[in-house]
Amino acid sequence: MLIEFFLTLRKYRLKTSIRELLDLINALKNQAIFADIDAFYFLARTVLVKDETQYDRFDKAFADYFSGIQDLDVLSALKQAYQIPEDWLRKEFEKNLSPEEKAQIEAMGGLDKLMETLKKRFEEQKERHAGGSKWIGTGGTSPFGSGGYNPEGVRIGEDQPRQRKAVKVWQQRQYKNLDANTEISSRTMKLALKKLRRFARTGASEKLDLNGTISATAKQGGMLDVHMEPERHNAVKVLMFFDIGGSMDDYIKTCEELFSAAHSEFKHLSFFYFHNCLYEHVWEGNIRRRSESIDTMSLINRFGRDYKVIFVGDATMGPYEIDAPGGSVEHWNQESGSSWLNKITNHFDNVVWLNPQPEEHWSYHYSIGMMKSLMKDKMYPLTLDGIGRAIKEL
Amino acid sequence: MKFEGTKNYVASESLKLAVHAAMLLEKPLLIKGEPGTGKTMLAQELADSLGTELIQWHIKSTTKAQQGLYEYDAVSRLRDSQLGDEKVHDIANYIVKGKMWQSFDADVRPVLLIDEIDKADIEFPNDLLLELDKMEFHVYETQERIVAKQRPIVIITSNNEKELPDAFLRRCFFHYIDFPNKDEMQQIIEVHHPHIKQDLLTTALEVFFQLRELPHLKKKPSTSELLDWLKLLIAEDIEPEVLRDKSNKGGLVPLFGALLKNEQDVSLLQKLAFMSKRR
Repeated sequence: MLIEFFLTLRKYRLKTSIRELLDLINALKNQAIFADIDAFYFLARTVLVKDETQYDRFDKAFADYFSGIQDLDVLSALKQAYQIPEDWLRKEFEKNLSPEEKAQIEAMGGLDKLMETLKKRFEEQKERHAGGSKWIGTGGTSPFGSGGYNPEGVRIGEDQPRQRKAVKVWQQRQYKNLDANTEISSRTMKLALKKLRRFARTGASEKLDLNGTISATAKQGGMLDVHMEPERHNAVKVLMFFDIGGSMDDYIKTCEELFSAAHSEFKHLSFFYFHNCLYEHVWEGNIRRRSESIDTMSLINRFGRDYKVIFVGDATMGPYEIDAPGGSVEHWNQESGSSWLNKITNHFDNVVWLNPQPEEHWSYHYSIGMMKSLMKDKMYPLTLDGIGRAIKEL
Repeated sequence: MKFEGTKNYVASESLKLAVHAAMLLEKPLLIKGEPGTGKTMLAQELADSLGTELIQWHIKSTTKAQQGLYEYDAVSRLRDSQLGDEKVHDIANYIVKGKMWQSFDADVRPVLLIDEIDKADIEFPNDLLLELDKMEFHVYETQERIVAKQRPIVIITSNNEKELPDAFLRRCFFHYIDFPNKDEMQQIIEVHHPHIKQDLLTTALEVFFQLRELPHLKKKPSTSELLDWLKLLIAEDIEPEVLRDKSNKGGLVPLFGALLKNEQDVSLLQKLAFMSKRR
């Protein structure tokens, strides 16, 4: 019973387990609901999905599994809804695509395949409406941008920049914001990061120090002398800098995993993004980088030297991007990247660089060597072992 | 018995079903959602509608799982021994029951609210796995095994500040409270302010949803802020026209303090209003 449904969910990479399936069957047995597809949808979601960021995925899987039961032809439905001929729709659709997007569609298996996906997405939206809940865009995987379908055409999100090794990137790109909710195959990463959780006793005294009290009481000849000690808590403070865009896109996946792993481990943790090399500005969110950048200098002033700094980047770039003023591929920088990096390494006690490039390839890239020496040799590969070593260094 | 919302609380179909399933299968129900969408209210209203006791366990960053079970008050025992009190020979006198024990002990099936579980240390949910699953625990000091008389209805809320471990999530049912749309919002407001003038309500809702659409707000106003704001609007007897008049007080809506809790947000709004006036 429901095994096919369960397998469909697994196919959509939902993290459901057999235990939850049994719960669902148990709920059905106890007649929590009765022969009502909407209610079943809510019940299954309540029992099987434990994270609202996975609702979207669940909806897709649900629509996929039940498509045989509730089939609807999207194009004809659209035709009815908007009174427009199918050809017009297709043409309008193609007209809105840039050459790059067309290439991307080819990669996805052509327009028909895309229409199929659109259809699926559309069904899902129907499903949502039937349930009375709101359309939530969770971003990241959708080729349809945030809005999905609108009558004027389909907005296709630009997923990856197509150029590598940019000489001058003048075109404004919207990079994907790193999503903290990637699949946690990063469990292992978490374990590695656990090593960072050094316990320190700081703050007000709040806990009874039993041993201290006993020995002090004994010394006083039996008069009670209560001793308190500060509570233990995780005092590790971390700043993370992510390289984003350009040649790093191959490694974004790995970075995202690290990102989501790091999210739950520390009390003080801030993320910043940079492009290729660190200059006078970093930014907090990816999309708003043009409008909201932060002075690197103010960053240095704001955070104390006891913060641990982790860079994540492949350090693969033109050498002039590091050591020449104006070397940035995106803007004119007064001071060279290396001087900014020096400012960081001088201010903070502990700085490491994690590099997703395999360690044996490092010697082939001149810029990696430069970066490594700037980091005082504290560069490690982005592997479990490398993170372990880096954290030991911190 | 099915939870149908109360006269003070409007629950969506999916929420009702989630609560129903959790009660039927005796599983903890984990509730997430934007702050102010009524997560904590749910437990209170559920207890009211069932006519049972609500036991609230508010979690802070220093809360330990053990504190929910019981605590051994070593300090008062030590003091009693200094004073030569007879009580001191029975250790059971110094075991203080925690919230979970209280809920295990109740005669009528109670509602146990574990509020804001994400505030605690990351190990906290893991420490409660067995207790939530089997509804029993062991008191080390007295060698006693405590088993729940009947399984309490457990409502857990989280604000998503920390990820919860998978093993913990597997044991819970989960529901995410969506932000209500305009119709639902109207229902909610009618429940709380039955005498509000219709046009004031419509205008206020328009202003409110416009405000939520603004990009870059640090903290979007939520349902509870809207309710507070309406209360003030009624108390001050403000006319709908005043709400519509954008030129008022540098473009800020009246009594904005109830909606915006952040000075950056207020100045952002002022800037936007200024720009729209120049246009």
